[in-house]
Amino acid sequence: MEYRYDIVIIGGGPAGLAAALSARETAPEAKILMLERDKKLGGILQQCIHNGFGLHYFGQELTGPEYAQRFIDQLEAAKIEVWTDTMVLDFSSEKVVDCVCAARGYVQVQAGAIVLAMGCRERTRGALSIPGTRPAGIYTAGCAQRLNNIEGYLPGKKVVILGSGDIGLIMARRMTWEGAQVKLVAEIMPYSSGLNRNIVQCLVDNDIPLKFNHTVTAVHGQERVTGVTVSEVDPATRRPIAGTEEFYECDTLLLSVGLIPENELTRGAGVEMDRITNGAVVDQFRQTSMEGVFACGNVLHVHDLVDNVSNESAIAGAAAARYAMGQKAAGQVYAVKAENGVRYALPQRIVAGDAGKLDVYFRVDAAYRNPSVQVLCGDKVLYSRKKQIMTPGEMEKMTLDQGLITGDITVRLDK
Amino acid sequence: MREYDVAVIGAGVTGSAIARQLSRWKMKVALIDGAEDVAMGASRANSAIVHAGYDCPPGSLEAELNVKGNALYTRWCAELDVPLQRTGTLVAAFDEEEAENVRALYERGLKNGVPEMKILSGEEARALEPMLAENCVCALLAGTGGITCPYEMTIACAENARKNGVDWLLGRKVSAIRGTEAGFVVTAGYEDIIARRVVNAAGLFSDDVARMIGDDSFTVRPRKGEYLLMDRSAKAPKYVIFQTPSRLGKGILVSPTVDGNSFVGPTAVDQTDKTDTSVSQEGIDQLRRMAKKSAPEMDFRNVITSFAGLRAQPSTGDFIIRPSEADGRMIHAAGICSPGLTSAPAVAELVEKLLMESGLTLTEDPAYDPHRSHIRRFRDMTREQKEAAIAENPLYARVICRCETITEAEIVEAVSRGARTLDGVKRRTRAGMGRCQGGFCSPRVMEIISRETGIPMEKLTKFGAGSYLVAEKTRSGEV
Ligand SMILES: Cc1cc2nc3c(=O)[nH]c(=O)nc-3n(C[C@H](O)[C@H](O)[C@H](O)COP(=O)(O)OP(=O)(O)OC[C@H]3O[C@@H](n4cnc5c(N)ncnc54)[C@H](O)[C@@H]3O)c2cc1C
Ligand SMILES: Cc1cc2nc3c(=O)[nH]c(=O)nc-3n(C[C@H](O)[C@H](O)[C@H](O)COP(=O)(O)OP(=O)(O)OC[C@H]3O[C@@H](n4cnc5c(N)ncnc54)[C@H](O)[C@@H]3O)c2cc1C
Repeated sequence: MEYRYDIVIIGGGPAGLAAALSARETAPEAKILMLERDKKLGGILQQCIHNGFGLHYFGQELTGPEYAQRFIDQLEAAKIEVWTDTMVLDFSSEKVVDCVCAARGYVQVQAGAIVLAMGCRERTRGALSIPGTRPAGIYTAGCAQRLNNIEGYLPGKKVVILGSGDIGLIMARRMTWEGAQVKLVAEIMPYSSGLNRNIVQCLVDNDIPLKFNHTVTAVHGQERVTGVTVSEVDPATRRPIAGTEEFYECDTLLLSVGLIPENELTRGAGVEMDRITNGAVVDQFRQTSMEGVFACGNVLHVHDLVDNVSNESAIAGAAAARYAMGQKAAGQVYAVKAENGVRYALPQRIVAGDAGKLDVYFRVDAAYRNPSVQVLCGDKVLYSRKKQIMTPGEMEKMTLDQGLITGDITVRLDK
Repeated sequence: MREYDVAVIGAGVTGSAIARQLSRWKMKVALIDGAEDVAMGASRANSAIVHAGYDCPPGSLEAELNVKGNALYTRWCAELDVPLQRTGTLVAAFDEEEAENVRALYERGLKNGVPEMKILSGEEARALEPMLAENCVCALLAGTGGITCPYEMTIACAENARKNGVDWLLGRKVSAIRGTEAGFVVTAGYEDIIARRVVNAAGLFSDDVARMIGDDSFTVRPRKGEYLLMDRSAKAPKYVIFQTPSRLGKGILVSPTVDGNSFVGPTAVDQTDKTDTSVSQEGIDQLRRMAKKSAPEMDFRNVITSFAGLRAQPSTGDFIIRPSEADGRMIHAAGICSPGLTSAPAVAELVEKLLMESGLTLTEDPAYDPHRSHIRRFRDMTREQKEAAIAENPLYARVICRCETITEAEIVEAVSRGARTLDGVKRRTRAGMGRCQGGFCSPRVMEIISRETGIPMEKLTKFGAGSYLVAEKTRSGEV
């Protein structure tokens, strides 16, 4: 094969960037290649022109492109080869990566290790099947963000937003600044899936109403959206309550109803998937069920903060480098289970052996007041901490002492 | 004023097939539609089934043209490079009453001259189609039944017609038709044209078109059909599975599509509004409930979109294909309800015959070429073909729609073939039809259409008329 690299990174967003740099640190001599289908690196951060990135990672408030640029600037010095305008079509368990590349044509690359960093996509109206017409003017929030921030066009002037995900919140503010009127953010759940910080800065500060337990029950308009019907839902069944319908005149409906990891390549290759995260099942090194294939960032599970993406990806990049250099992690494998209020915990597997600290990330499945988080190993309690409030919108992290893990562990809430 | 021998009003599958059929003669034909693209009516949203023909009342024009049309599909699809999969269709019965209906359909099929039919036991049917519910007692298998892509068929006919000299007059709603000595003056949008003959293929609005020349011999009423479309990753049936009409209603079907997706539908709701294609919550609930009856494993978490189409139900209860009684120089191909997609090639042949009988003298055009090919799909190419395609045109290496792996080369080609709208590109290439429903590629596709056509972004539409996509440039301008 014409092209051979020790480490191939698929995706040049924040995950891929952090993984590449940490792979370089771990393996100074390795041949590293990054494949990105866009013309530019930076992933979704390129269109996130607002502030608020990097508070944790750099201790400083940066815009999305600035945050990405900090990593991009280091790539050249780190001698990481980058192919942009290159779309990966599939990869195999032999770690042959097939891609099409504007500059090189159809190319196969033999990799020693692969890091998957393809990010995620947004859920759409179809996934929700909202009744009504199918006019122009229905966008996912990220699509509207791209139109507005990259192309320079305001998608519409009177807006209702369905879902209180972070991108929707950010777009509520952005479109208000651009002169649009954001009439409502409707959230079907009794809590927001976005960060509290964004609710305050984007909605409260701009007098945009947020209604919990509300959803869009019809879209109106033959050609362009002319309005939407919003109804209250029964919190127990999530079904609309008859008689609560309210009509909102608008020309745009933005959907901010969640993200799904973009794992078609991963599934195609036969990597074991987690039904809850929609990402691969990984161990603490972010190695998937396929040896030498690692995953990190939003392709693994949806993160709320890019800072966490960078941290996670550094782990994956370093582990991929060690693997490519012939150091394979081996040992007894324990499962990490999530139950009783915990939706998922990651990593899903732990390879025994290390004595150090181990970070476990998790999300709860509903909003809880004063729960206690517990980690059990058999009848041993490895971790227990009281929390004030927990919501699915915020990813939680805890640090375990790996030496204490002697079997499968369970992450749960004591509600 | 431009002069035509024949003006075909309506660029659905009926009008487009007629235009194609007429394009083999030396004459001037116009294919007119009020919409900005072909296939914007019923031909865009239907079940996509090439029916075998056991369903239509024996002796009806529908029955005759369905069976003929079905047989013609093989050649038409081969010439036009349109997907056709003769999967076979199943009508499944789940109790004795329904079994009785299945046997009645079989008998009717025999009367209609439908070949390759067989009644299967429940076990035999489930062996063929594992997704079929276990309590299936028997099923009618029709070997000639299959699936196609309805808008692709329409686009293909229209493109082939154009290649053979037919003019497309799109975005030109016909508002008046006046009979003259020489034929008709047809007011099509901003332009009057002269046509010696008019073919009325205006679907739901064909009664309105007839009335323009004082013909009120029929009316057409809309009957809505709603659908839920599933992602390709969902488990799909191999066969089209119908339910039998029973006390509970007409039943809905579960079907694969030629693109590897699956869908359930359609509902059947009579309405008065000829433009309302909204989907209702009741419709969605009904589909979910009823699909479970024939295919309990259908997984509705994989729904990627819902949509509705309007059947054109003629007051006569049968296709209306004949010269108008008010003026025999207008030929109706009106009230083409289901199975109009299947029948289209046969309808085209019949209309051609009626035009000849109306006194048009036709001479064959030696330059006629019945072939048309689909935009080459990068995704379906072998590795070697991909390499060659990229070497020839580097735009093949730029994947724009990541869900469906559609390249910039395909989108540019769609625009060069006449797509001017986001939906026009979508229907010709599948860009935006995948699991993310254009969330990722819409802005990129808009950019390409704008670049290729010179239409500014603010003027681009989703499907014409008022379906504009963006409001204005942002204050900060380009970022
Ligand atoms: C619209 C949107 C807005 C957001 N806003 C914020 C915010 O305000 N604050 C915040 O902290 N976080 C935000 N996030 C989350 C944050 O951006 C993500 O956590 C972070 O970008 C994830 O990084 P990633 O590298 O995993 O994915 P991405 O940034 O999505 O990068 C993935 C990269 O992989 C490339 N790729 C994918 N498939 C292929 C392939 N087959 N071949 C080649 N390349 C491929 C993509 O082009 C992309 O560049 C937002 C996310 C989205 C989707
Ligand atoms: C829910 C549903 C399911 C169906 N399933 C099947 C199936 O599985 N198999 C099958 O064989 N058939 C099926 N059919 C039937 C089939 O879809 C139709 O018979 C067929 O599409 C009709 O084509 P058409 O060209 O006659 O009408 P249309 O596609 O509706 O085209 C008529 C055109 O005329 C234009 N027009 C109207 N008025 C004017 C005017 N004044 N000036 C200019 N243009 C005008 C309209 O814009 C439109 O484009 C189904 C139909 C529906 C609705």
